[in-house]
Formats: sequence, structure tokens, C-alpha cells
Amino acid sequence: MEVTLTVNGVEHRADVEPRLLLSDFLRHGLELTGTHVGCEHGVCGACTVLMDGAAVRSCLVFAVQADGCELATVEGLAPGGDELHPIQDAFREAHGLQCGFCTPGILMTLVPFLRENPDPSEAEVRAALSGNLCRCTGYQNIVAATRLAASKLREVEV
Amino acid sequence: MGAHPHVGAGVLRNEDPQLLTGRAIFVDDVHLAGTLHAAFLRSDFAHGRLLSVDTSAAKRREGVIAVYTAEDLGDYWCHGPLLVPPPPIAGLTFNTATLVPLARDRVVHVGEPIAVVVAESRYIAEDALEDIVVDIEPLPVVVGLEEALAPDSPVIHEALGTNVAAHVVQQKGDYEAARGDAHTVVSRKFSYDRGVAGAIENRGILADWNARNEELTVWDTTQAPIPIRNGLAERLGLLQSQVRVVAPFLGGGFGPKMMMFYPEELLIPWISMRLERPVKWIEDRAESFFATTNERLQLHEAELAVDSEGRILGVKDVFLHDSGAYDPYGITVPINTQCTLLGPYRVPNYYSEFTAVFTNKTIVTPVRGAGRQHGVFVMERLLDFAAKELGIDRVEIRKRNFLTPDEFPHDHEILFQDSAPLVYDSGDYLPAMEKAAEMIGYRKFLDEEQPKARAEGRRLGLGIVSYVEGTGIGPYEGARVSVEPSGKVQLATGVGTQGQGHFTTFAQIVADQLGVDVTDVHVVTGDTREFSWGTGTFASRGIVVAGSACHEAAIVVRKRILSVASEALEAAEDDLELADGVVRVKGSDLSISLGELAVRANPLRGAVAAGAEPGLEATSYFGPARGTTASGVHAMIVEIDPETLEVSIQRYVVVHDCGRLVNPVIVDGQIHGGVAHGIGNAFFEELVYDDQGQLLNASFMDYLLPTATDVPHMEVAHVETPSPLNPLGVKGVGEAGAIPVGALYAQALEDALQGAVEIREIPLSPGRLFDLVQDAEADS
Repeated sequence: MEVTLTVNGVEHRADVEPRLLLSDFLRHGLELTGTHVGCEHGVCGACTVLMDGAAVRSCLVFAVQADGCELATVEGLAPGGDELHPIQDAFREAHGLQCGFCTPGILMTLVPFLRENPDPSEAEVRAALSGNLCRCTGYQNIVAATRLAASKLREVEV
Repeated sequence: MGAHPHVGAGVLRNEDPQLLTGRAIFVDDVHLAGTLHAAFLRSDFAHGRLLSVDTSAAKRREGVIAVYTAEDLGDYWCHGPLLVPPPPIAGLTFNTATLVPLARDRVVHVGEPIAVVVAESRYIAEDALEDIVVDIEPLPVVVGLEEALAPDSPVIHEALGTNVAAHVVQQKGDYEAARGDAHTVVSRKFSYDRGVAGAIENRGILADWNARNEELTVWDTTQAPIPIRNGLAERLGLLQSQVRVVAPFLGGGFGPKMMMFYPEELLIPWISMRLERPVKWIEDRAESFFATTNERLQLHEAELAVDSEGRILGVKDVFLHDSGAYDPYGITVPINTQCTLLGPYRVPNYYSEFTAVFTNKTIVTPVRGAGRQHGVFVMERLLDFAAKELGIDRVEIRKRNFLTPDEFPHDHEILFQDSAPLVYDSGDYLPAMEKAAEMIGYRKFLDEEQPKARAEGRRLGLGIVSYVEGTGIGPYEGARVSVEPSGKVQLATGVGTQGQGHFTTFAQIVADQLGVDVTDVHVVTGDTREFSWGTGTFASRGIVVAGSACHEAAIVVRKRILSVASEALEAAEDDLELADGVVRVKGSDLSISLGELAVRANPLRGAVAAGAEPGLEATSYFGPARGTTASGVHAMIVEIDPETLEVSIQRYVVVHDCGRLVNPVIVDGQIHGGVAHGIGNAFFEELVYDDQGQLLNASFMDYLLPTATDVPHMEVAHVETPSPLNPLGVKGVGEAGAIPVGALYAQALEDALQGAVEIREIPLSPGRLFDLVQDAEADS
């Protein structure tokens, strides 16, 4: 089946099998390998991308379901060059990642969360992150990085 | 030696920009034109005779390139290596049963590979698995440890004639005599179960045989690329120089990605050579529950003999250990249990005996902590029970038994996993305990907060436990440091990496010697073409062994820099200083950059002195005589919901001693992650097998990893007792956080339940606590 979709502002057309997962299409079709796959049953959250602005698990979406959609992946987050997005900056500053495998999914989960919750409490951040598994960090520095990211984003907005 | 602006500072990580932007390369991110994709057919039975495998329909499927069974492997089919031979302990029994690449006559655990399909896509390869017809005659299954040793038990490896994988006795002094002198002896049975490593990245391998230049390149999610390179070369009949193994970024390892020689690791390169095309296999999550090693149950019968003051006279421990279906990793896990049980305590008499048992389950090999948890649980529980019986405070009984700083090095007179004597190099346990007690507010909690809460009907409890971790074992690691003409420094080492921040901590160590910024040190790990010697990242040894090698190599390069600079600047070496990427004559403006010196050290014309080596480069190796012992105390306050028995952690305190801290931010991160893993093991995670050896919860829907709402905020502090065994004074920290958490839960929950139950098992859960409370009420 033919699909047309936009990823990080670039339009792609492709002929795909109906059963092809969106995660596989992004990773192996478009070679956007920043989106990671950890469980393929929608629990770990590593494959989270934005579909028309909302965080979705790309392992639970078929590529054909994304026809006509605007997608955003971790590759599109930073403005370019050596500059990082404020959320990425905050994760580096607060040591919010270790192996970094779950990180792209967490970053993409946080983009809409922080848009809707510009000043979240620790409990709100933990609830928002509870659909993303991380085995390295014990979440503590991810929580700290998220709150730091929120303050950075508030500064940018002002 | 100059100042150390980097070592000891929480500098930002060099690797983060790549990881944060999605540019970092993990194994499944490598795309090669023409790659074929493999999928494995695995046994649905835990134990059975493999009668036939019919692959003809699979081979006919469009897009399928090849299907292999054991029969197709010819001479390549053989038992894999015994990776870790047992230490030379007198009287030891060890029965070897190592992995096979594909099951031939018999399957011995669910998930054991039987056939592999290679196709144009993974989707087609998985379709073709459905085409394969396998005939297995089920055999009686060995699941329980005690049952496995019963005389009428089925035997898994017929050639061995027994399910005993190993039997080991280690002792010190005379326990029975000590027992005779004891005021009190506490005896209990314990069961301690663990689970999967749970790296979010599953295993994967991509092999590319280039027939034109006769080179094999293998990208592998391994913690030990060099041993894999060596083993593959041997098995495939290639020179080591024809094989390049790359362990790029790993999405967590935690033990099971060590040098296992998993069937897939052996087969994918072999298939690539036969088909002369790149072949990739990426494990899926369900497979990982069966096909990736994990850690599981031990059953202990233990006793502690103490005098009237609670001083330890001796410990006796007899336990069974589940090896799973094979034992390629020797006795690493149970011997860690045996050695770590002794903890930070003075134990004059010790008798420890274990029997490792084959069962029809996934293979057991080290997972973060690697058997240490089990030993710590037994010892800490025994001390708790002894304290209770003698009416001694639980902190006090520990303090009375701690080794004191004047007792180091302390020889426990038994052998550790690395075959070296179990000798603690250094430690200072009392300050850590006092600090932890102070941080958690021990006295105030017991005297005021807990009674007040109880009066309100709330169930609050406190736990506080100690542990040690043998870290940083040999044999050795190496590092090569070279200054490039740009003035930037290239640092290559053979250990793999799994997220611990090696690109930063190793760079910090070198940056301090060479007077450059940490961001100017470019670290390469895990590529056998870049560095050819070493073992890997495991046993909390990266910073100790590889870090020390980086340090030694940097010192040699520093000397070379000073020698070349001395000539260039016409100044004595003693008058020179290295800083900001230049060598300067102290107190003058005269300087030369490292880049210019690198060019001078590699001239294109003219004569060089006889015996001179080009460039500003050095390779050094570091091999410690034995491991270095880290230690710590964890404390927590919990509240139990009286209705649901749900447990919430209100405070969590860690005081840890891993010697000198290279990067305190990274060290704290290691501890946080370890604690979270420990919390999972203690209260969320359990591999549930039925009596047919079927794993009932092989998904993340059913096997619960702790989430951000389950893991509390942790308060971490440090005591620094440097190790005398390496030049940096460092000790390992990778596994520490995970080790004492089960013992901590048990003590804290007992306390919260006001002694209504006695907890002698891990994992727990609200459901299990409910059962324990019900049983206790029924008994009373």
C-alpha cells in the first residue's frame, strides 16, 4: 500500500506492506534509527514518536495508519548544528541518561507533556514517565532533568 | 604530577550529544546493503527428545534464502567453551555442560534454538518459522532444586548421570567448635529468587563476511568484544586479524551480554560466511525471556553462632543454586554468594557448602550483583534475628561485628570467583553506618515517629543493612593514548561499554595527565580493530582495571610530551608544565602546543635517534593481583497500607564507599540504577515457572519492571576509602546499588508489621505479604 507521510518536516512516499510496523518503517525504511525498539508490545516506551503532535508508541502503529500524518522523531528535536533542544540540554546537564537507549522515547514523551504542563511537580513528572521503562538510571535524574527542562522551556517561552 | 581538575569532578558526559540526538549507533542501527534477516525456531518444551525437524515447507517460502538445523552444521556443531573454569578449590566437583548452537537430539529448556531461518526480511523469516514441523517427544521435566537431586529425578544431561552441576565446600576455622561455644545460635531456611537483567535493548548481531578481502565484521551487543573475536576466529578457522568485532553503544547489559557465545553469536557469522551476505538477527522481547541468561533461585539453610554480646563466632550456610540447563559460566554466581555472605563482618569461623543444580530452565549467569544479593540477604537476616533474640539494637549488632580499619588487608581464607584469595584490601565500615543512621534519622524514627504513626494506625517501618561488593577483578585491561597533530587525544581501550559513562570517566583520567580538556579526549571502546587485548565490562571492573590502564598509558605519554617539549623549548623537563593543551616553561610565555609536539615527534625527514618510537603514543596494561572490596549501607523507611499491603517507600538513603570517585555524578547514577534494579528484584519482578518448566510471564505486561512511580527519590552520600591495589585508588560501583535491597525490604517490612511475620524470602509483593500475614495470624 502506498503511504505519504511527513517526518520531521520532510515528506516521504513509500509502498509498504500493511503489516509493517511504523517503528520498523522509520528505523529500517527511512533509516531514522534514533527511535528505538525495546519490547514491541507497547510497554517500554522506547519507540515513542509524535504523530500529529501526540506521543504514540510506534511499535503499536502500522505504517499505513500513519498515512497523511505529521510525525516527529528524536532526530528532528535539536535545532541543528551542535545545538541541542532545551529538553536534550537538560538531560545532559542533569545526567538524565546512561546507556541512552530509552532516552529518545522519553524525550518524545516529554515534548507534549511539557507543552501541556509547563511547571510540573515531581509527582506529575513521575506519572508522566511511568509509561517509559529505564533500567539504568532509577529515574531519579530523569525526573530532575525533566523539571530542569521545564524551567528551561519556560525561559524560552518568556 | 599536576593537579587533577577532572578526576573527582562531575563533568558532563562526552557521549551524551550523540545519544540525545539519536545519532548514536546501536547494533540494530547498522544498515548494510543486501542484509538478510534471521529468525530462530525455539523449543516449546522444557525437556524432550528431538525426533525430527522438517524444514522443507519453510525453504519453499518465497523470500526464504536458507534454513539450518543442527544436521546442517556439520563439524561446526559442537559444545561451546567453558567460559569461566571453577577456581582450584580442594574437593570441588564440577560437571560441565556447555551450550550447543542448535539442539540436535534433545531440548533442555523452553526457548532453546532448534532451527534458524534466513530470509529477505525479518517478517518473512518469522512467517517461515510457522512452516517448520518439529516432532518432540516430551520428557519428564526438572523444575525444583530439591526435586532435581531426588534419586528418582529425571536426569537432564545423561552423560553426566546426575543433575549436580557443582558441589563446593569452602571453610575457615572450625565452625562446629565455635557453635559449641556459642551463647545463641539462630538457624533459618531462606529462599532468594531473582529475575531478568532487563536491558531495554535486546541482544542482536550483524555479521558481514567480505569474501573478496576475506574479512569478517561482526556487530554484537556484547560486553566483551575481544573474547568474542578470539572465539569466533578459532571456531571459524580464521586469523584473529581477519575478524573484527564491534560492540557499539549498548542499550544496557547488566551481565547477560557478557562473552557468552550464545548460539546466535556463533551461528550468524557462520551463516554470513556461507551465504556471503550480511546477516542480522535481533532478539525480540519474548525471546529474551527464554534465550538470554538470567539469575534465579537459591535455597539456603543457614545458622549464625554468636556470643552473649552478639559477636559473631561463626556462620554455617548450606545452599542449593539453580544453574539452569547448562553451566558455561562455571560457578561464578554461587561462589559470589558464598564469598559475599561474609559482608563487612569479622567472621572467625565459616562453613559454606553449595550444590549447583541443573534444571530445565534458561541458563543462569551473572546479572548485576551476580549472586551477591543472595549471600547478603542470608547474613543480614541472620544478624536481624540474632539481634532480636538477644535484645540488641540492629545497628549496634552490626557495629560490634564490623571489621575495623586496622584489620586490613583482611584475609577470609577462602577463594573468590577470580581464583584469588578473598582478601579485602581496605574499608572503613563504621562511619558509613553512622552516617546512614544519621541521614535516615534512625533514633528519632524509632523513638518518636514510628510510635506516633502506630498510635494513628499507620504501619511505618525502617530497614538498615550493610554489604560489601568484591569489584575490579583481573586479569587485565589495556589502553592506548595518542596525541594527534590537532592536539586532540585519542584513547582506545578494549572493554566494551554499556552506559556507564566510559567515554567521559576514561577521558577525565587521561585529561588530567595531559593537561587537556576532557572534551578533547576522544574515547573508543569495544572495537577489536582499535584495541586488540582485554576481556570486557563486567564484575564492576571498568573503572578499576581499564581506568587504571588509561592512567598508566597517559603517564607514559606525558613523559614523552615533556621529553619532546624539553628539546623544543630548550628547557629542563622539571621547568615545564602541561595545561590547556600546551606545554609551557613555568613563569614564562614560552610554550608549544601538544599538536605541534605530536608533529615534531613524527618527522618526515631527518634522522631519529636509534630506538626512538614515533609519535606521542603509549599503550599500557593494568592487571590487579586481586579484586578490590567496595562497601555500603542502605536504609529506608516504608509505609504499608494495612488493607492492601501495598508498600510505599518514604525515604531511601545510601552511604557508599567505592574509594576515590572519578565522577561523582556518574557514580551516583550507577547507584540509583542499581537500587532501582534491587527494588524490582525485591518487590516487583519474578520469573514464574509452572511444573512443566514453562515461563508464565514472558512479557513486560506480566513481568513487572519498576517504573518512575515505583522507585523513590534516593539520598546518596559517600565515604571514600581508597583502594591500595590501583594507582587511582578506585573501587567498582556498577553493581553495588542492587545488592542489599532484598535484605533491606525484609527488615523494613518486618518492622512495619511489628514483627507479625518473619520474612525469609525474596521476592515479595503485596499478595505475598498478605499470604504471610494470613499464615502468621492462623498460626497464632
